Parts: sequence; C-alpha cells; structure tokens
Amino acid sequence: MPEFMLYALLGGLGIALMAGPLGCFVVWRKMAYFGDTLAHSALLGIALGLLLEINLMLAVTAGCVLLATSLVILHSRTIAMDTLLGIMSHTTLSLGLLVTAMMDDVRIDLMAYLFGDLLSVEPFDLYWIAALSVIIIGLLVKLWQGLLSITLQPELAAAEGYKVQWLQWILMIMIAVVIALAMKIVGILLITSLLIIPPAIARVLSKSPEQMAVIATLFGMLAVCSGLAGSWFMDLPAGPAIVTSAGMMFLITHSLVRLIQGQQN
Amino acid sequence: MSLLTVSGLTLKMQKRTILDQIEFTIQPGQIVTLIGPNGAGKSSLIRCILGLQKYQKGNVTIQPGARIGYMPQKMHVEQSLPITVDRFLSLGPKSSKDDRLAALQRVSVDHIAESPLQTISGGEQQRVLLARAILNKPQLMILDEPAQGVDINGQAELYQLVQSIRDELGCGVLMVSHDLHLVMAATDQVLCLNHHICCSGHPDEVTRSDEYISIFGPQKIHPMLAHYTHHHDHTHDLHGDCQHEGHPSDQTMAKSHSHTEGQKHA
Repeated sequence: MPEFMLYALLGGLGIALMAGPLGCFVVWRKMAYFGDTLAHSALLGIALGLLLEINLMLAVTAGCVLLATSLVILHSRTIAMDTLLGIMSHTTLSLGLLVTAMMDDVRIDLMAYLFGDLLSVEPFDLYWIAALSVIIIGLLVKLWQGLLSITLQPELAAAEGYKVQWLQWILMIMIAVVIALAMKIVGILLITSLLIIPPAIARVLSKSPEQMAVIATLFGMLAVCSGLAGSWFMDLPAGPAIVTSAGMMFLITHSLVRLIQGQQN
Repeated sequence: MSLLTVSGLTLKMQKRTILDQIEFTIQPGQIVTLIGPNGAGKSSLIRCILGLQKYQKGNVTIQPGARIGYMPQKMHVEQSLPITVDRFLSLGPKSSKDDRLAALQRVSVDHIAESPLQTISGGEQQRVLLARAILNKPQLMILDEPAQGVDINGQAELYQLVQSIRDELGCGVLMVSHDLHLVMAATDQVLCLNHHICCSGHPDEVTRSDEYISIFGPQKIHPMLAHYTHHHDHTHDLHGDCQHEGHPSDQTMAKSHSHTEGQKHA
C-alpha cells in the first residue's frame, strides 16, 4: 500500500472515531443544516489560508470555530436559527469563491476541496487528526452526561446545574473541528453525511445513547475502509465512494430491520 | 429561617413588566400553589427562582445548601435518541440503580424502568419526571404544572402523590397550576398571580376574594367548592374506579361530577 493510501486510511479512521459520537448529537439535536453551513464556510477558510500562506487545515479549523462562535453570538429571537444558518452558509461560500477568484497567482483545484482529495493528506494532517481525536474523545467522555442532559431537557439540565450554553458551544466547536479535519478526505460537500449516516444506521440497532455512539463509530469506520478500498481497487473518487458505501449500509440495515420486525409481527 | 424567600422580585422583558414586586415565603412542609391565567408570569417566576432567568429587581433567597427537586413542564423526547426510563433518571442527581427503582416505585411506575422513554404515556412521563425530582430527597420541590396533559382522575392522583411525598420528606413545595379546583385539597397556601400577586392565602379564602373572582369569574366558585369536598369524599385508583373514604351520598357525587363537566366546557 502506498504511503498516501495509508495516510488517508489512518486519517479517515480517526475522523470516523470522532464523527460517530458527535454525529449522534447532530442527529439528536437536528443540527444537519448547522454541519452544512460550517462545511460551506470551509472554502472561505481555504481561500484565506492560501492568501495568508498558512496550513490549510489550521486555517479551516480556525474559520469553522470562528463561525460556530459567531452563530452563538448572532443567534437571537427575532431571526430563526435556520434563516441565520442559510445566510451564513451562502455568504461564506460566496465570499470564499470571490476570494479564490481574486487570487490571480494561485490556481486552486476547487473539485479537490469540494469532493476530497486523498493525495493531499500529509503526515502533518495525521498528527493534527490524532491530537484532536484524543482531545475530542476525552471531552466527550467527560461531558457526556451533561451533553445528553441538555439534549433531552435543557431546562432540567440548567436547573440541575449544567451550564447549558457553554456545553452547547463546546459541542458546536467539536463538530466544527471534525468538519474541518474531514475536508481533505471526503470534501466540503459530503462532510455532513459522514456525521449523519452512521448514527442513522446505528439508531435502529441500539437501545442506549452510548450503544448508538459506538455502533455509529464502527459503521463510520467500515464506510471509510470500504470507500477507500473502492478508491484503491476501482479508481473511484474517495469521498463519494465513502459516502455511497455509508448510504448503502443505511439502506441495507434499515431494510433488514424492517423485514425482521415485519416477520415478528 | 424560611426555606425560600422571594422579596420585591421584578422582571421586565422587552419593556413589558412580567413580574411586579413578587413577595412570598415557603416554609418546610408547606405546599404553595401558584395559579393564574395563561401568560400571567407563572413559569417566568419559577425560572427566576431556579436561577434560569435574570431579573431586574428583588431577591430570591433559598436556604443555603437546600437540595432542590425540579419538575419541568411536559418534555418532548426526540425519537432519534434511544434511551430507557432508568438511563434518563441516571442523568439527574447522582443515584444508584436501587435509588432510581425506589423513586419509580414511589410514583408507581417501576414497571417501566427499562422501557424506552418514547413509548410511555403522557401520565407515565409526568410520573417519571416527578421521580427524577425526588431522586435527591429534596428539601424544596418546584413543580411546573405537574399534572399537565393528564386526565382529571390522573390529576387528582398526582396531586395526592405530591402531598404524600411532602409528608414523607417534609419538604416545601412550590407548584404551578392552571386552575385551582383540583389542587385545592393538596394546598396550604395559594398565590394568585397576574403579573403581580393579586391575592394569597388559604384556598378557601382566595376563592372568595374579589380579586380572584375578577380574574377567574364568579361562576367557577361553586363547582370548585363542590369539587373540593368531592375530593375529600373519595379517590380514584389507577383504573378510575371510585374508592370511598367518607360517607358521601350518591346524589352529592353525581352533582359534583356534573359540575366538573360543566366547568370543563365553560
């Protein structure tokens, strides 16, 4: 196996590890559009990273974290969250396209960022993914009860002493980081599916939130492996291959579960 | 020292005065019921007391170190989140599995401990929320419309349950309710709220006061009083059958029932 393939595999598995439990919260809290918005803003991060000549993954991570924070600040009662997300999503995407268009001396391969490019994964990215996986999994374990509490009943959680807004912000930041990290492997347009599909598969197979997080992680990893295998043996683009295999797993598990439940009744 | 002291509490939101100079105290073992029309500021007051809502003026003092049990209004449970009743309770105050089962037993829903939270009925859900509120043996219980979405028999049962939990724990209780007639029997003091406290006192006195009548109307007094006695006469068990405790004549019961019906349509 060539080095770039190994990098992509390790990076992909690291991302699936974080995306499993975080994706569960995206599903439970109906934050799919939030994920899309962050992903769209990643292009702006890339453009600015190229402009300022800093590591792209760092630039995108910083951009996503900044956007997530500004969403918390801008959120008010007069503008619904989905309206605000729609505004941010398309404004940042357009701004990213404008900045890239204005850079005459830099040619960037838009397709690579939109759909992912395995060849672009470098050792530095892997260290970055490894370090952040450790931090994010650690945070999730430590804050798990609180995050579940604010998801189920924010009022009750607040009355029991949880800092609801702070926990919400931490959750958004963690999701922002995963989206930024996953960009090189699955691409801007496909990132959200990596957060949503594995938990959606896990839902029908689990009886507790913890079970769902673990099963989602395993399916995410399986999707990364099979997608990369497809990319290696059949020369398919990696991002779409990963997402398609996740989608197939979703269809198969849900059909099987329906079939089994149908037979029981 | 009082368990809870609220003094001069004033809350304004977008220039509207939601709560105006609220004053009251709760002593250990006392059940205080907060009633008032929709939008009177009942839930805002609860949120101020719990520290979930900032207010402009006044003070809320809770006896230092007092454990608080809070029961929110009805809960929406997301279908995509797989969770059992027991796991839900374990998200609350630190507890062992036995503690949780005991709490569920206390509110007579221990049979659903391992059921998914999504599959239980509205009445069971209220009881599960009550179980979570009593998990840490609170000294002060704050219940926001505990009987919401529960049928009349279930409501009466739930209020009796609150009363007997109060007797066991000796805790003070602050309870929100839409209307007085079902809570009356289980209440020591009533606060009638319509942005300010318009009247307060023993349930009997309050229902006769002019302020109360001006908000809830005079036609409701008699059915309520009838219902009040009615609830001292008998209780309903889980199946809705009457269990007679006193010696009510069948005639009085029929009468009070018809009054309740009438009131429901009013």
